Amino acid sequence: MSAVFLVASAFLASAVEFVEALTIVLAAGITRGWRSSLAGLGAATVALGAIVAALGPALTYIPISALRLVVGGLLLAFGLQWLRKAILRAAGFKALHDEAAIFAREAEEARAAGHVERAGLDWYGFTLSFKGVLLEGLEVAFIVITFGGTQGNVGLAALGAGIALALVAVVGVLVRGPLTRVPENTMKFAVGAMLTTFGIFWAAEGAGAHWPGEDASLPAVLAFVVVLASGAVAMLKRRRVAFA
Amino acid sequence: MRLLRAFGRFWWDFVVGDDWRAAAGVVIAIGATAALVAAGVDAWWLMPVAVALVLYVSLRREVRPR
Repeated sequence: MSAVFLVASAFLASAVEFVEALTIVLAAGITRGWRSSLAGLGAATVALGAIVAALGPALTYIPISALRLVVGGLLLAFGLQWLRKAILRAAGFKALHDEAAIFAREAEEARAAGHVERAGLDWYGFTLSFKGVLLEGLEVAFIVITFGGTQGNVGLAALGAGIALALVAVVGVLVRGPLTRVPENTMKFAVGAMLTTFGIFWAAEGAGAHWPGEDASLPAVLAFVVVLASGAVAMLKRRRVAFA
Repeated sequence: MRLLRAFGRFWWDFVVGDDWRAAAGVVIAIGATAALVAAGVDAWWLMPVAVALVLYVSLRREVRPR
């Protein structure tokens, strides 16, 4: 069961980040030229590969309980951020993430920027694409390394991320535009719930507690988090209506 | 130095985000779980309760009229 959770969580979290990275690469490519944008994408991919290759094996030297404690805490802090924002968006207290608007803003800024050529590349297009992919990719790398490391299977987490990358890349090439029809906010809600679930589970285990039924309690923790978050959305919606 | 500060800022934003109290709540909950386990109580139930509390406080702060 936890293997399914692992792949699904890595897939969903990575897909959200890849959709955001694709928006930036497209904005850079369309406005500043594909050569620079794709070079930025390639350079960032190499940098990310080096980070994962360096940090992934290093995790195997850390005792599993210490790793679960630290990773559980990090995932919980990180996951609660996602969940809180997803709840606020779902309840109407925060604007929905709009890839079309982000694309328009990035493209406008890219058009307005001056032309500086370095190493035969348009520097603005290269750095825009590089920074976008590196920053979004670091979140993916963090999830793959932490999820995989604590479950003792970085390969399985990387598989989930790889499927997401392939899917977003194929759809991106076919659509040649920001993926506005991806239910990004629903996906962020699901990812927030999964990150929080894993965070609760591993942080408690890392602190020395034992879950009843061990890994089998993961679905129960997930159900608790989903009910909690859905209840929060319902309560906040009522509150919003009452204040309107 | 600027690069180091930017690196630190990235990780702070990434992990802690815009509500440091939520992150502090997580640290306190983990510490309390470890303390209870050391005292002989298998406190697996504390983390879910703490998360519900942290989420409630964090959301309440966010939506209260300013």
